[in-house]
Amino acid sequence: MWHWFAELDPNLQTAITVIVVATMTNVACALLGCFLVLRRMSLLGDALAHAVLPGLVIAFVFTGTLSLPAMFLGAVAIGVLTALLTEGLHRQAGVSEDASLGVVFTSLFALGVILIKRYGQDVDLDPDCVLNGMLEMVDDNVWQIGGFEVPRALVTILPVLILNLLFVVVFWKELLLGSFDPALATAMGFRAGLLHYTLMCLVALTTVAAFEQVGSILVVAMLIVPAATAHLCSDRLHIMLWLAAGFGALSALVGYAAALIFDVNTAGAMAVSSGIFYGAALFFSPRYGWVSRWLHQAALRLRIIAEDILGMIYRAEEWAAGRRLQPAEVFRGLGGGVWVRVVLSWLAWRDMIRRQPEGLELSPAGRLWAAAVVRSHRLWESYLVRHLGLPDDHVHEPAMRVEHYIEAPLQEQLAGALGAELLDPHGRPIPQLPAESESPNKDERQDQP
Amino acid sequence: MISYSTLLVLATTTLLGAIAGVLGSFAVLRGRALVGDLLAHAALPGLCVGFLLVGRRELGAMLLGAVIAGVAAVTLMTFIARNRRTKEDAALGIVLSVFFAAGIVLLSVIQNLPTGGAKAGMEAYLYGQAAGINRTDLLVIATIAALALLVLLLFRKEFQLVTFDPEFARVQGWPVMALDLGILGLITLVTMAGLPAVGVILMAALLVIPPAAARFWTDRIGRMLLTAAIVGGGSGILGTLISAGILPIRWPGEESVASELPTGPTIILCGSAIFLLSVLFAPHRGLAAKAIQLAILRTRIAADHLLRTLYELGEQDGALDQGRSWQAIRRARRWSGAELIIAAFWARIQGWISFSGNLPRLTPQGIQQAETLVRSHRLWELYLIDRAGIAPDHVDRDADAVEHWLTGELVSALEVPLREKGEVLKAPGEVPQSPHPTMAEERKPEGGDA
Repeated sequence: MWHWFAELDPNLQTAITVIVVATMTNVACALLGCFLVLRRMSLLGDALAHAVLPGLVIAFVFTGTLSLPAMFLGAVAIGVLTALLTEGLHRQAGVSEDASLGVVFTSLFALGVILIKRYGQDVDLDPDCVLNGMLEMVDDNVWQIGGFEVPRALVTILPVLILNLLFVVVFWKELLLGSFDPALATAMGFRAGLLHYTLMCLVALTTVAAFEQVGSILVVAMLIVPAATAHLCSDRLHIMLWLAAGFGALSALVGYAAALIFDVNTAGAMAVSSGIFYGAALFFSPRYGWVSRWLHQAALRLRIIAEDILGMIYRAEEWAAGRRLQPAEVFRGLGGGVWVRVVLSWLAWRDMIRRQPEGLELSPAGRLWAAAVVRSHRLWESYLVRHLGLPDDHVHEPAMRVEHYIEAPLQEQLAGALGAELLDPHGRPIPQLPAESESPNKDERQDQP
Repeated sequence: MISYSTLLVLATTTLLGAIAGVLGSFAVLRGRALVGDLLAHAALPGLCVGFLLVGRRELGAMLLGAVIAGVAAVTLMTFIARNRRTKEDAALGIVLSVFFAAGIVLLSVIQNLPTGGAKAGMEAYLYGQAAGINRTDLLVIATIAALALLVLLLFRKEFQLVTFDPEFARVQGWPVMALDLGILGLITLVTMAGLPAVGVILMAALLVIPPAAARFWTDRIGRMLLTAAIVGGGSGILGTLISAGILPIRWPGEESVASELPTGPTIILCGSAIFLLSVLFAPHRGLAAKAIQLAILRTRIAADHLLRTLYELGEQDGALDQGRSWQAIRRARRWSGAELIIAAFWARIQGWISFSGNLPRLTPQGIQQAETLVRSHRLWELYLIDRAGIAPDHVDRDADAVEHWLTGELVSALEVPLREKGEVLKAPGEVPQSPHPTMAEERKPEGGDA
């Protein structure tokens, strides 16, 4: 079944192998990265990526080879050691969390560098590889498995990917709870510590497996960046995991293409493209992006202007029956500006207000909206005076702000708290919404004050 | 014996360690210990751009590029963290790794240039190349150190305030932002100047390890800065001397002196060793000091318990200074093996008990001490029963823990309401009756009769 692959152009074969290996690496990293980001342990990922160096060298010194089991064993040992040391320094000796992390990983890294120099001639650990990764040379190092030439990188990363997937599936419930409410998880009897150390071991394993392909710092990028991107785009854990894996895979593809086109380092290009995705999400994510936040705020601002216009017309009509405001009066009343003009046109277009020769008039739909706004304004004023004891002349300003945010249920609550009160502190009627009366009999009530 | 070049390296690393220690202290105290890590990694693209723009290895341009990249990285991190969805730790990780990746991409661009040959510079950047230090490097670092010291001296009070209570400083009208940026700027300068000598990770280490070690020795910022400078400078001296072979060390199990140890990592490991010693042996905060304090406390508490047990046993037959058998003591209270021995030893040293034959008995001093304790214990119990409405058989355990901490003043205060009632306590200073059967009574072999 692999014949088609063997018949391909060798360059294309290399390309496919590199992309497959890189995608697997990125997905394996991104899955764990989600939990690092959610549990605010991103920097532990950074620390582990540096700290595995001495683990690798020691594993080599003891076993004499850089075989996979030895490497993985060294990684797990150093992963647990890093986690234990940082936690011990933090809990027992009272060193702040970030400082203990900084002390531990730099010390371990220094130890690793010295050990490399000591055993440098024997260990096949090229500093350049530590940094850059050897993604381009993935084809050079192949294993014969069942008559096929399988790149060593694939054999390294595949079990780790499967392990990470299993971890997520098997511990799904614990991870979900532990990531969002660790206190509850502990109270319910989940072994938070066990989960923590399992996660640390897996990060160390993944780091070592990814290390050869993408280099140590770029592992950090692949761990944190796609996960943080996904975190910007979703509130649900399972969607976040899918997205993170997707961003990881996409970075691999885009990065490889960029590296080919511009003739630059592949792993670096992948990390940079993941950074670009993050930047895009930072601006354009539907919920948490700067742009969408700005749009929400703009929409809110426009709605406030619209409601102020409607309220103004409503009050003018109420003040003297049949009084119609001129558009110019509305501009002056709201301080002018191009947005007032825009909103006014929009309201006319939506048939909320009608331009009559004698002035602006509310349509039935516009009157309903305006009544709701004025109702919440006056309910709030009455509430402030009755229940908080504010003087009459101090309640208009806060009510002007709050009126846009009081929705129907809150209005009912306020009305309930006020009893049968129909007048606001200034003696004007509180409009009823159509559930009670379709068109309140304004003219009669206005005679009262 | 020491060559000129070694002397140069020695001076540079010592100065670098000292000034990084001082500046790093501010970062560590503000909870930004890893900012050095960020700056050191983020420098790479700046160095590359500096190189690409000038077209050759020119220290000034590359340093400038690195400083700009560092400032950009810190700004970007702050901007990202303001989104609030991405937390600070992730923001730091993202900026660090993406900047570094950009640097690697730029490096591969440089390597593809016809001039090429940036590879050697690369390794120096990663691990540091102390041997390459020349007079210019020393001058640059000395200038930055002098500048930093000047700024710190001028704004000592302001930096101190911003470090410990930024909110208060803001309310008082100090330009917190500008002061923060000032420190960050100085840290950036030192980091970039130190990179060629000790490398990325090790530069980050110089900004964290000496302050973290110094924190163990003092609570005062002036002394902490001085200690951090000494630790940083000391690591620099030790590391350089060891790696130059002047202070010979051996690999375990080998005869020959370890040679050609890389300078940067050696300096860091010296710093780590000093840090480890600080964690273990610093007064007050060190683990050994804490363990000793805990042991002393446990001993004193155990001795208190022994006195009270002897007193309560004495209350039953009215002979307080009678010798008591060990069996009776063990029956009256649950003791762990060594606890009783240590308690007896401590009480004997204090002169609270003496031994008649082999049996411990209270001395007059001991009786006085025991009376105070028993009084505290019972007054607390009575207070809990009276005021907190706790059942008499539930107060013993609580009083058992509290009795050691009640001061004379507090005991008098506890006494007043009880004396006013006049039921349990008739005269000041009297030892009241226990509101429940004491442990000595309960566990008598004949069975309690209270």
